Amino acid sequence: MADIAHDVPIAAEAPPPRSTGALGWLKANLFSSLTNTILTLLCIALLVVAIPPVVRWALIDAIWHAPNGQACHGDGACWAFIGEKFRFILFGFFPVAETWRPVVVVGIFLLMIVAACDRRMWGRRLGILWLIGLCAVFALMRGGFAGMGKVETAMWSGLPLTLILAIVGMLFGFPLGVLLALGRRSRLPAVRTICIGYIELIRGVPLITLLFMASLMLPLFLPAGVTIDKLVRAQVAFILFAGAYLAEVVRGGLQAIPRGQIEAADALGLSYFQRTRLIVLPQALAMVIPPLVNTFIGIFKDTALVIIISLFDLLTTAETALTDGAWQGFYVEAYVFIGVIYWSFCFFMSRYSQLLEREFNRGRRR
Amino acid sequence: MSDAKADSGTMIELQAVHKWYGDFHVLKDINLQVGKGEKVVVCGPSGSGKSTMIRCINRLEEHQQGRIVVAGIELNADLKNIDAVRREVGMVFQQFNLFPHLTVLQNLTLAPIWVRKLPKKEAEETARYYLERVRIPDQADKYPGQLSGGQQQRVAIARSLCMKPEIMLFDEPTSALDPEMIKEVLDVMVSLAEEGMTMVCVTHEMGFARTVADMMVFMDRGEVIERAPPKDFFANPKSDRTRAFLSQIIAH
Repeated sequence: MADIAHDVPIAAEAPPPRSTGALGWLKANLFSSLTNTILTLLCIALLVVAIPPVVRWALIDAIWHAPNGQACHGDGACWAFIGEKFRFILFGFFPVAETWRPVVVVGIFLLMIVAACDRRMWGRRLGILWLIGLCAVFALMRGGFAGMGKVETAMWSGLPLTLILAIVGMLFGFPLGVLLALGRRSRLPAVRTICIGYIELIRGVPLITLLFMASLMLPLFLPAGVTIDKLVRAQVAFILFAGAYLAEVVRGGLQAIPRGQIEAADALGLSYFQRTRLIVLPQALAMVIPPLVNTFIGIFKDTALVIIISLFDLLTTAETALTDGAWQGFYVEAYVFIGVIYWSFCFFMSRYSQLLEREFNRGRRR
Repeated sequence: MSDAKADSGTMIELQAVHKWYGDFHVLKDINLQVGKGEKVVVCGPSGSGKSTMIRCINRLEEHQQGRIVVAGIELNADLKNIDAVRREVGMVFQQFNLFPHLTVLQNLTLAPIWVRKLPKKEAEETARYYLERVRIPDQADKYPGQLSGGQQQRVAIARSLCMKPEIMLFDEPTSALDPEMIKEVLDVMVSLAEEGMTMVCVTHEMGFARTVADMMVFMDRGEVIERAPPKDFFANPKSDRTRAFLSQIIAH
């Protein structure tokens, strides 16, 4: 028998090269079999058919300047319409002379978002920054001091309104959701029942119904003379709605925490709140980042529903712009424009969530 | 138990402890006394209630009848007592149960900072000292998932020691480990025992039991069947069930 025991270990070698240049890559990935070759050719054909007309419409044949709508109808897109209505779509009925205020507000939001992306900012500093930022947003929109005219919330519209509804909704809806999720798993029957009842009630009703209730029914229950601002009512409806949905996402994460983690925390003498804050939530939330962001994106786009209680969010201002008699029929342009804005924010959220996932799962590569 | 040990004080006392899971009587009339510095090794077939028993000592499981007094504090419905006991009792689990989202150092300093309210710097010094003790000082900044099973269990031991407990409980600490890693964990436990830590270990490592234990406890079907110093326990077990069990685990 041959003996295979040998005392000299085999030295590690570099792995063989993975590909053989661009041609090799093409052959391996696009033309590796008959089916793949056919699929590749079909895709190329599809792109050839689809891309040139879109480019022609959006760029080559597009009209960039026009005095009015009549002069703007041609084979291509009428970006002159967007140029004309740009301010209205973004900022709606906010007084034209004061346009700088919503511009700064959008700038503040973007800055706060960028700050939140920086890992080094996380912690108390970021909280304070956001608090100041939100106060500044409110002050700038509302005005009524330092020479700024007072602007009623009914005039707040367009992108700032969408951002306020969405961001404030998420900001307060998220902690509400976490509390509800914890409550739903509480050992106290009363707490558990209330949380389940709340979640099921809110989730079982369309957002539109909630907005209607907030807008039309709530005032009926308030004593005469007491009014709550319509925007506040809509905002509260959003927070309640977001909370219920987020609660169920968070609960999924809570349920995935192994029992041993809780036992280890208990055995070390951590209290319920310490255990929840330091051990359970960090792991549970990191696990549900994809569905959380999914819900956030949904909430962001759901803000468009405030049209039914006649608040003018970004979608509504765009539709209002379309009703101008001098500029008629530019639906595609308007929707493409706001579509790009919505898409930018949602795409950003999606990318950001990937960064978060990487950040939180560093210790968990297995 | 010798008089000398009784003098040095009783750390753990179980009196007529009963527990049920639903209708299933999992602990039946358990009586156990562990003196300060004493090492007790609990063994028995799976399902015998040994893990449940050890988990009652820091109230991870609740007993329904009888009395448990740990470090002079009675375990009852009073949450303050439970917290007080848990501060004095460290526990090492079969599955390590390290916190995967925290680094090794953070795993070690978490409880001292939040429960003992130590300043962070002091907690880190203690943590590094104990990492040295369990022989992995260079892994402080790694995450548990990047360590081997044996290393993780040693971190778990260090994590408990950072709370400076009076008592250490080990619930099958080597059962989830690959064979070549068992020794490194047992070595740490032996050195801990040599320093006079009060220990209760549920384990099947009979070699460890022989070296370290002052008292062997054999459990079967929720009862304590036999209790004896290791020499007597291994040389002439009194009960048939003990004999059968020993022959099974030592035979090969």
